[in-house]
Amino acid sequence: MKLLEREKEIISNELQDIVDEYQSKPENLIPILQKVQDKLGYLPLPAMEKIAQALHIPAVDVFGPATFYNQFRLNPPGEHQVKVCMGTACYMAGGSIAMESFERRLNIKEGETSPDRKYSLERVACVGCCTMAPVVVVDDEVEGSVTPTRVDGIMLSFEASDGEKKQEQVEGPEKEQREELEKEEKSEPEKKEGE
Amino acid sequence: MSKMITLTIDGRKITASEGEKLLWVALENGIYIPNLCAIKENNRLSASCRLCFVEVEGLAAPVTSCTLPVSEGMVVKTRSPRVDRLVQTAFELLLSHHRLECSSCSKNGSCELQKIAKERGLKLRVKRFKPLDYETEVDDSPKTFVFDRSKCVLCGRCIWICRNIAKVGAIGFSRRGLERVVSTFGDVPLAESPCTECGLCVEACPGAALARVQA
Repeated sequence: MKLLEREKEIISNELQDIVDEYQSKPENLIPILQKVQDKLGYLPLPAMEKIAQALHIPAVDVFGPATFYNQFRLNPPGEHQVKVCMGTACYMAGGSIAMESFERRLNIKEGETSPDRKYSLERVACVGCCTMAPVVVVDDEVEGSVTPTRVDGIMLSFEASDGEKKQEQVEGPEKEQREELEKEEKSEPEKKEGE
Repeated sequence: MSKMITLTIDGRKITASEGEKLLWVALENGIYIPNLCAIKENNRLSASCRLCFVEVEGLAAPVTSCTLPVSEGMVVKTRSPRVDRLVQTAFELLLSHHRLECSSCSKNGSCELQKIAKERGLKLRVKRFKPLDYETEVDDSPKTFVFDRSKCVLCGRCIWICRNIAKVGAIGFSRRGLERVVSTFGDVPLAESPCTECGLCVEACPGAALARVQA
């Protein structure tokens, strides 16, 4: 995933201060990663490279823990956050089907964020309502018994609510971009029927 | 460290310097103990391959010999029903995540996994476990070698060599659980990483995950 210019700017502005707070010892890696994620919301690759330089360790040694721990995310959180539960009950009840439906609809993989930063897709382990399995948490709203049809419904409600917003604030280039995206999304269900 | 002690391995009296790890004492005296992840110079062992189990008199359960310092009067048995069972299961688990195509493999005959199977009478077949998918891309970006993750058993030897001998640090472990892999920073191909293609990792690989390009 490519970082946007404004994101790169934020990274270079924020990072030096955080790194300077800590001594240049490898054992400070996790606290630094936590602080960076706190500030930026995620751990971009350029940030990890800078942390590695500051701690005098190979960059891959930062990448390892960052991909190991569930608390770290490598992509920026989207405007709408979709969290698919893969706890035991949801997994058995078809959580992976819900995940795949979202992956197809959003055209991103698990753990990724769409290029326009509108959606991010995550896998979580048990949100505590196993009777409603398979569960998906959409922007802090819990959705139960999520079938591929329900996934389409969730996506439609996103589009509808964003459509309202769009009418309020008419913006030139952004509007075009969104319309283009909507066209793409509309063409996708047709593809699905053929599968 | 230099104090010499005597211990017994499989009924043989052996002299070794105190504190040395049992695995190396045995190997240097011609007694084979299976091992994959152990590196003699490494002081921070992961003891993760679970193949070097031995029975030590006075200890309740089998122990990994790579982490056990030898001491005076120690009595060791390299084989026992308990040891064999542990090693068999660990070996089969490793194989369940390893593409078995020995007859067409470049390492056929010099493979560490084949050696272990031969020494312990184990089969190079996965019977009890469901083999994992190994739909991984082969990284053939370096000029002199290729990296085939489907044959990687995650012993970590290449990583240690890359870091401590080659002093490069181009590769490391990333992700976890079943998704754990040896990768570069940001999962880029090796040619785009700091890798200098020194080839030490290829020498260190017990299998054919890292293998020279056949000229």
